[in-house]
Amino acid sequence: MKLKFREKSVLPGFGLSFGFTVFYLSLLVLVPLCALVLRSSALGVAGFAETILHPRVVASFKVTFLSAFKAALINVVLGVTVAWFLVRGRFPLKRLVDALVDLPFALPTAVSGIALTALFAPNSALGAALGKVGVKVAFTSTGIMVAMIFIGLPFVIRSVQPALADLSKELEEAALSLGASRFQTWWRVVLPLLAPAILSGFTLAFSRALGEYGSVVFIAGNMPMKTEIASLLIITKLEQFDYAGATAIAVALLSLSLLSILLVNVFQSWTARNLGGA
Amino acid sequence: MSISIQNVSKKFGAFQALHNVNLEVPSGSLTALLGPSGSGKTTLLRIVAGLESVDEETGGQILFDGVPVTGNPVNRRQVGFVFQHYALFRHMTVFENIAFGLRVKPRAERLSGPAINERVNELLRLVQLEQLAKRFPSQLSGGQRQRIALARALAIQPKVLLLDEPFGALDAQVRSELRRWLRHLHDTIHVTSIFVTHDQEEALEVADSIVVMNKGQVEQVGAPNEVFQNPATEFVMKFLGEVNVFHGRLHNDTPVFTDELKDADGVRLLVRPHDLAVRLRPGPGVSLPAQVYRVLTAGPLVKIELLNSQNNLVQVHVPHDVYLAMPVKSGQEVYLVPKESRLYGNGNERIEYVI
Amino acid sequence: MKQSEKQADSFWGNFALSAAALMIVGLLVVLPLLVVLKEAFAGGVRVWLASVSDPDARSAVWLTLGVAAAVVPLNTVFGVAAAWALAKFRFKGRSLLLSLVDLPFAVSPVVAGLIFILVFGRHGWLGAWLTDHHLRVVFAVPGILLATLFVTFPFVARELIPLMTEQGSEEEQAALSLGATGWQTFLKVTLPNIKWGLLYGIILCNARAMGEFGAVSVVSGHIRGETNTLPLHIEVLYNEYRFTASFACASLLAGLAVVTLILKTVVELKSARDAA
Repeated sequence: MKLKFREKSVLPGFGLSFGFTVFYLSLLVLVPLCALVLRSSALGVAGFAETILHPRVVASFKVTFLSAFKAALINVVLGVTVAWFLVRGRFPLKRLVDALVDLPFALPTAVSGIALTALFAPNSALGAALGKVGVKVAFTSTGIMVAMIFIGLPFVIRSVQPALADLSKELEEAALSLGASRFQTWWRVVLPLLAPAILSGFTLAFSRALGEYGSVVFIAGNMPMKTEIASLLIITKLEQFDYAGATAIAVALLSLSLLSILLVNVFQSWTARNLGGA
Repeated sequence: MSISIQNVSKKFGAFQALHNVNLEVPSGSLTALLGPSGSGKTTLLRIVAGLESVDEETGGQILFDGVPVTGNPVNRRQVGFVFQHYALFRHMTVFENIAFGLRVKPRAERLSGPAINERVNELLRLVQLEQLAKRFPSQLSGGQRQRIALARALAIQPKVLLLDEPFGALDAQVRSELRRWLRHLHDTIHVTSIFVTHDQEEALEVADSIVVMNKGQVEQVGAPNEVFQNPATEFVMKFLGEVNVFHGRLHNDTPVFTDELKDADGVRLLVRPHDLAVRLRPGPGVSLPAQVYRVLTAGPLVKIELLNSQNNLVQVHVPHDVYLAMPVKSGQEVYLVPKESRLYGNGNERIEYVI
Repeated sequence: MKQSEKQADSFWGNFALSAAALMIVGLLVVLPLLVVLKEAFAGGVRVWLASVSDPDARSAVWLTLGVAAAVVPLNTVFGVAAAWALAKFRFKGRSLLLSLVDLPFAVSPVVAGLIFILVFGRHGWLGAWLTDHHLRVVFAVPGILLATLFVTFPFVARELIPLMTEQGSEEEQAALSLGATGWQTFLKVTLPNIKWGLLYGIILCNARAMGEFGAVSVVSGHIRGETNTLPLHIEVLYNEYRFTASFACASLLAGLAVVTLILKTVVELKSARDAA
């Protein structure tokens, strides 16, 4: 029995395009990532565990993970609000706002980093005002969270927006005709149907925040054990020529990101299969 | 519960969807809003439901049993609305879909859990889909989804049932089954029902009363028989059932059809296919010359297709025995004598005449 | 409830929603942009000009432009090739390849830089070989190119793959049946159909290529005047407490971001108009 690699097709150019794609990806992605995995496996399981479980590393993961998680959660609330506005709201310059939403995507991370720091620094207008109510943002883990909120917001908005736009108005009308209040309609019908998109946005925002460097490192304060993010720790270790340490942290970070993305993909295909269309 | 629609107008931007519509829907009846797309029938239905608002300036009103409900939002009107594409909640099971209206009632009016379950099961039995209770909408066929949508609407014990092209998205076989099923259901539960359709066969078959609409206005209201046999306007006659149109002109108050068409006093003779008799020689009254094009004998009636003197296609339906008594073949020259017909002038007015 | 009250009800709802959304966008998106401008021109236009025309700043700008000029075309070619292979054909391992294309989005920029050090750095796999041949990749421009290539290659591909998948291959098959060669088909049939998606991907790729910070920071060695791209130069100035100069350079990139957004919107509008 001959196993077919690909379906027959009249279109030419498969060999060339496929070959080039694989070549490019191997050179650029596979080889370097292999280097990462192999290098860290050279540590051995014990060595890897010892590096990862070092208090400073654990602290940095805690800060990074918690900040990213909280930021992503906040982004869900903010993002759904803005997405709702963009799809259902009535406002003359809505188009402009829609374009602006992508700014955190388009703005280089270094620029966002220094801008956010300047915005929340203790001697700025906003920073001082917040300081008066006892809220310190810059150089604290709150600052880390704020920066992560900034860069993650577009992910949630752009995830929820198309899903909301696709949501048939008839579903809400049906719920209302059956006697539901506006809140009940929103809570029982709209939100559950938006859940996959919200989850997707959450995961993208979370995953991005985990590995973020530029936007966060300026406002973070970078105090070891307190406000040091994982990506900065990797650089610090590199500067100390601790390649093993840097690699181990990198692998752990990458695994976390990939795991969260995998979980969401699995959930989404389960949803698609069971709830399909109606 | 009776519905009274008074002076209702509705504009969407520059488009006048409804123009001063007045309609009385008697309690317990099954009424069809029939018309082509753009006639305003769906808009009217949605206005009754509260999904669209009446144009305030014209002072239109909707009354349920004499009580104005025009300002009431849709979730307070107690109408059961069945959408064209069902609008089932795909993240809920069939059971939960039907239970929805019962679960969202305010605390004071809400039934207990077991009571809700009982009501839902009762409805599932009514629509004969008890075995599907735990399934999701995506696992159902179109016809099943439609019945669940209906059950869901009935769960809240609505005073009026509104259906928006309920069978439009289904294929022919399922559609005719569901039509009969809906009629039977209505005969069982007697809820005042209004359904929208563009399919005249459906309206004629299912409804107690048909409201023919065109361009935002009501053309005629009546029982199916009435509307079909005695169409009030040219539009109604053309929309319901097949109709042949003969162009002619008036000559001394008598329509003449053998000459060329002259617009100035042009008239149109509208005749149903089964109201034309085929003769081999012209008779004393109106006799329309035509040439046989095709004869189709397969089917409940014999269908004869002819070309008239203006080279337009004419359809004649005759029973098989009548045809066999005088068979015709392609190419033959014959004369068509109208038995029942209506004459309309250029101003769309009906002209009385004697054949 | 009167009719007019019903209108008012949804008016207030709309108002609250709009206010909330605008506040969020204003605070989180617009304000940082305004801060950049404010700080950049804090010393007046003269100081701003001096900062951006400083020799180190200028070489940073040239390096950034050069990197983009090299990276964007390469990634565009890749994107087109990958989209052609993945969208028009069905083969084993297709999903795996699709996931690989998305991979850089899951990788932290710092990790992206690290992996190239592991391969091309002094102690990396090719380190010894490179040293022997007097070639430097890490802490030199080639390293920056590689890191930027890695981080930006999905953009064009991700735009084109769903687009070309949705468009199917019927038009191409029609062209072939009429006697066109593969290249003719591609140039005359496929390319016009994907032009907006292609442009969109290029715009995004370029924005990221010019703005990449984390990955480049790791591989560049921060050698002033040689391996500092504009984002790195901004960092250097900032760390030296030369805030106004730092923000002045940042304002250049912020301007680029705004231009990117404008171009993006234009392309979106044009492609929507074409589709209608």
